[in-house]
Amino acid sequence: MLSGLGLKPEHHDAALACRSEGMWFEVHAENYLVAGGPRLRLLETIRAVHPLSLHGVSLSLAGDAPLHPAHLKRLSTLVRQVEPVLVSEHLAWSAWNGINVPDLLPFPRSKDALRRIVSNIDQMQSTLGRCVAIENPSHYLRIDGHEWDEIGFLKELVRRTGCGLLLDVNNVYVSSRNLGFDACAYLDRFPAESVMEIHLAGHTVDPALGESLLIDSHDAPIAPEVWGLYRHLVERIGARPTLIERDGNVPTFNALLGECQIATTELCRVAERSGQPS
Amino acid sequence: MSDSDDRVVSRCRTFGAALVTDSLAGFQSSFVKALFDQETKSTLTTQPAFAVYRNTVIGGCVDALQANFPSVARLVGTEWFRAAAATFVRAQPPRDGRLLMYGETFADFIAGFEPARDLPYLADVARLDRLWIEAHVAEDATAVDSAWLASLLPAQLGALRLRPHPAARWCLFDDLPIYSIWASNRLGMETHDEIVWQGEGALLTRSVDVVGWQALDFSGGAFLDACAEGCLLAEAAGAALGVQPDVDVAAVLSRLLSAGALICPSSNQERPA
Repeated sequence: MLSGLGLKPEHHDAALACRSEGMWFEVHAENYLVAGGPRLRLLETIRAVHPLSLHGVSLSLAGDAPLHPAHLKRLSTLVRQVEPVLVSEHLAWSAWNGINVPDLLPFPRSKDALRRIVSNIDQMQSTLGRCVAIENPSHYLRIDGHEWDEIGFLKELVRRTGCGLLLDVNNVYVSSRNLGFDACAYLDRFPAESVMEIHLAGHTVDPALGESLLIDSHDAPIAPEVWGLYRHLVERIGARPTLIERDGNVPTFNALLGECQIATTELCRVAERSGQPS
Repeated sequence: MSDSDDRVVSRCRTFGAALVTDSLAGFQSSFVKALFDQETKSTLTTQPAFAVYRNTVIGGCVDALQANFPSVARLVGTEWFRAAAATFVRAQPPRDGRLLMYGETFADFIAGFEPARDLPYLADVARLDRLWIEAHVAEDATAVDSAWLASLLPAQLGALRLRPHPAARWCLFDDLPIYSIWASNRLGMETHDEIVWQGEGALLTRSVDVVGWQALDFSGGAFLDACAEGCLLAEAAGAALGVQPDVDVAAVLSRLLSAGALICPSSNQERPA
């Protein structure tokens, strides 16, 4: 697996026909947690041709509650049905007191939170019978009460649950600009051995606040700064499956393949240099 | 760098801030309240970036409703729809992580929504948009057809209990041509002049992967209701005759079979030896 694409329904035929080396696809699991019908058929046709990854956006691992049993059961059923190569979720919460919001919300990285998230990741991994990758989210707010920085917290999760990590380079860049930290230094400290997957996406500036607030909008090409950070990262950690995410202003399949090709070139370069199989 | 070096000692708390509490649960309760209530003030909500979360949450829910209720959106226009949807989102936020399933109660909300009072058909059009989603995601099953039915022996026919296909959805509307209004808007057509202003029913079915629909008369609806209750074929036929004494029951059954609306769970569609 080299570089892959977030699968858009309008690109289904092109995705099936695509023969790019190392190509793979990822979908948001929530759009396929259904009893039957065309959505499941679509996944079945794709997975017959390409490796498929399931990316969860609403399990709410950081919610201070056990995981929703019905949601987890549906996810488990889908994992059995499509046998994805990767399963991932976010270091965030989105469900609380029966309400589900379509966002990845922040929280104070406290002992309280660590205990709960460890328990939820344990539950997720034991139910699915596999290791999952946890993604660093984008940050917009300054929150009091952190007892770990994000990398320290992720390392604790890895140590206590055996989970892997999904490193979203655009999220690191957006967060570094919004909260004022050094994105390069963050990437240099990220635990290389745990990275199962990398995400790349485009961002936009906030319409009201401009450059002082970047939005992780997934509706634009990947920014040059993010490509720069990506090159710097894989130079250090080696080749990892890299996903190009695009959810808005979706261009042609070939335009997205162009971004994939840039990532693939980098992955092949570092793999060749280190003798790493790609 | 060791893990202990990663520890950040920043346990300071902002006094008087509603969102900073000592428990994760307390933080999350306050955060959710602030997402839906613009009046909430705290050290988090006063940061301009809090608007990113409010916009993403409300906007994401409204986008989902617009995708899930396309016929309603077309009838009232995007601006009106999104304003009404935002009111619904604040009153009844999603209770499922799958936005595809959001809006289970949207039709009931519209029925009681004062600005929609002059559009008496709108709530039922929303009901049909919702049934489309239900048909789209329902489990797969093999429908029985006329040829299969014709192959049954008389004794088998007498004991036959057909069931609605898991993806079949139907609804009868006593007073208004809801099906015609819905279908023309679902297809983006302008056919309002041709609509006969009387009650009618709708049947949605999914043949393999595509949700299809057709008008359903009251006898067909009664037939399907009886099948859903587990009745024998003859009893379902009786139910159809009960609402429309002069109906051609064979034609009713034939239309339902052609639509792929019926299954036979017990037979697994095996033909008699």
